[in-house]
Amino acid sequence: MSEKLLEIKDLHVVYETDEATVYAVNGLDLVVNKGETLGLVGETGAGKTTTALSIMKLLPDRIGLIKNGRIQFEEHDITKLSEADMRLVRGNSMSMIFQDPMTSLNPVLTIGYQIYEVLELHNNKMSKAQISAKVDEILKLVGLPPERKNEYPHQFSGGMKQRVVIAIALACEPKLLLADEPTTALDVTIQAQVLELMKGLKDKFNMAMILITHDLGVVAQTCDKVAIMYAGEIIELGSVKDIFESADHHPYTVGLFGSIPDMTKKTRRLNPIEGLMPDPTNLPKGCVFHARCPKCMEICKTKKPQSVTKNDHMIRCHLFKYA
Amino acid sequence: MFKYISKRLLMMIPVLIGVAFIIFTIMDFTPGDPARLILGEYAAQEDIDALREEMGLNENFFVRFGTYVKGAVTGDFGKSYRNNLPVSNEVGSRLPTTLKLTFLGMTLAVFIGIPIGVLSAVKQYTIIDNVTLIAALLLTSIPGFWLGLMMILFFSLRLDLLPATGIDSMKHFIMPSITLAAGTMATLIRMTRSTMLEVIRQDYIRTAKAKGGNEKRIIFIHALRNALLPVITLVGVNFGILLGGAVVIEAVFAIPGLGTLMIGAVRAKDTPVLIATVTCIALIGGLITLIVDILYIFIDPRIKSQYVKGSR
Ligand SMILES: Nc1ncnc2c1ncn2[C@@H]1O[C@H](COP(=O)(O)OP(=O)(O)OP(=O)(O)O)[C@@H](O)[C@H]1O
Ligand code: SF4
Ligand SMILES: [Mg+2]
Repeated sequence: MSEKLLEIKDLHVVYETDEATVYAVNGLDLVVNKGETLGLVGETGAGKTTTALSIMKLLPDRIGLIKNGRIQFEEHDITKLSEADMRLVRGNSMSMIFQDPMTSLNPVLTIGYQIYEVLELHNNKMSKAQISAKVDEILKLVGLPPERKNEYPHQFSGGMKQRVVIAIALACEPKLLLADEPTTALDVTIQAQVLELMKGLKDKFNMAMILITHDLGVVAQTCDKVAIMYAGEIIELGSVKDIFESADHHPYTVGLFGSIPDMTKKTRRLNPIEGLMPDPTNLPKGCVFHARCPKCMEICKTKKPQSVTKNDHMIRCHLFKYA
Repeated sequence: MFKYISKRLLMMIPVLIGVAFIIFTIMDFTPGDPARLILGEYAAQEDIDALREEMGLNENFFVRFGTYVKGAVTGDFGKSYRNNLPVSNEVGSRLPTTLKLTFLGMTLAVFIGIPIGVLSAVKQYTIIDNVTLIAALLLTSIPGFWLGLMMILFFSLRLDLLPATGIDSMKHFIMPSITLAAGTMATLIRMTRSTMLEVIRQDYIRTAKAKGGNEKRIIFIHALRNALLPVITLVGVNFGILLGGAVVIEAVFAIPGLGTLMIGAVRAKDTPVLIATVTCIALIGGLITLIVDILYIFIDPRIKSQYVKGSR
């Protein structure tokens, strides 16, 4: 079970725009094992999408740059992979579901073709008829009638569109799925269905998943591990049990959960914390959270805390020392 | 679909009558007696009076317009004041030349402008993009007749490569159609570039990249068709502009088309010819806009499903 699939080491990503340099991801370490689900949680602007795009090597051209670090996926270091080699990985052994299903599908192509395309790209041995049969099979798998494959995205509801997006992402049975808030744009009732579907398919294909979400209830139900992200860093990482039941937490996590985390209370949203995230173009010295931290000490303002790990539960805060 | 087309066609009727009415009114207010124009300056007054009576010129303004429309509906557009020939013959013989010029111009503008616009967008921030933008800016700001004259000076008088006037061969159409196409080409370049850049930023393009498609596939299968939707509308609108431009360009290159016919008719106060040429241009403009709109329905599935049954 604990065979490494993805290992990110000291990842630094910036967006260089005309006005400023945005430090979006700052020294991120992450491991995802085969078949494992990792929840990536954090406020808006924490750098979650940026992390996922870095793994896919789909950062915006010329603007988004990986400055440092290594992304080891299977036998490749993605940061060093050529664009041509990366195209063989994308959509095939690694795929991504984007934040908004409404805009993720091409409006002038039938949904059938959009699923067909990814299969065609990565299966040059399959005949047209075989691929078409596979499209039908996948549509059934995500709960859509195959007869509707010749219809266009605007003829489907939001939840159905997200099923199509999932079908595209899973068509080639990837080893790693990056799901960027796959349900936020959907109705609450449909959210549950789509999540259930994803969980089922994940088990069926034994794939690993990074699930980016704001919903702690979803994390509790679907994830094996949770990483809490703040200003481009992972400030706490542990098993679901560690995050929801342990007594030790990063002050930011405590803030997120409002009070003492309680796994039994379902669909608890992230709690708003007083203050704002630091300006990503001008990050503070010391602990990135110190301006908002109720437990802030003198050392926090000058010295960056090291990560402290106890039984695989990592916290990055001066309150915690090596035992 | 059929209902939509018939509705659009029916809607053109009041437009055409309106155009005819405006020209009819303007010509009626300008000084000069058509009967005298036809018979010549030295004709006897009795002859002129007789002709006026025969042509119904003494009737009330609205009665005369009504008579004209009645005739036009049955295909009788009257006779030219200048040569007494049926107007329909003259317009009919010159229409193909103007249409040829306009279509050549549009073909040039579309088949050069759109690819350059796409290239410019794909190569954004490179030297190709900058050069294209400057060229497009130049093309837009140069007036058509000036460009035409400069080309005549250079290619006809200096190099003696192309004929300056006439319509005898395809060669005669080279300079006029380039001159006519210039402005529209520039508009298409800039429009295609900006819609293409807009489309490239869309989420579905990122989805397409996430599938592992190469750049060619992203551009031609995913981006181009979406980017061309607004450009097609623009092509339709520009047909009308090109038809108008043809009037000027025909004068520059002495091409016997509707434009030169129209200018001659204005000079000679040849009302029947003028009304017929202007409404004819309006009709063609309207028909082309309709064709483009229908084309659009078939290219954009979101609109298609509103009009075509069974595609839901
Ligand atoms: N194309 C871009 N150009 C410049 N800055 C960007 C760009 N994309 C993202 N950023 C910045 O990078 C930082 C991280 O953004 P990111 O999209 O990764 O956040 P996120 O955690 O996914 O947030 P959300 O929960 O809102 O999706 C933010 O400060 C954001 O403003
Ligand atoms: S290091 Fe200091 S400021 Fe940062 S979270 Fe811990 S206590 Fe708060
Ligand atoms: Mg995001």
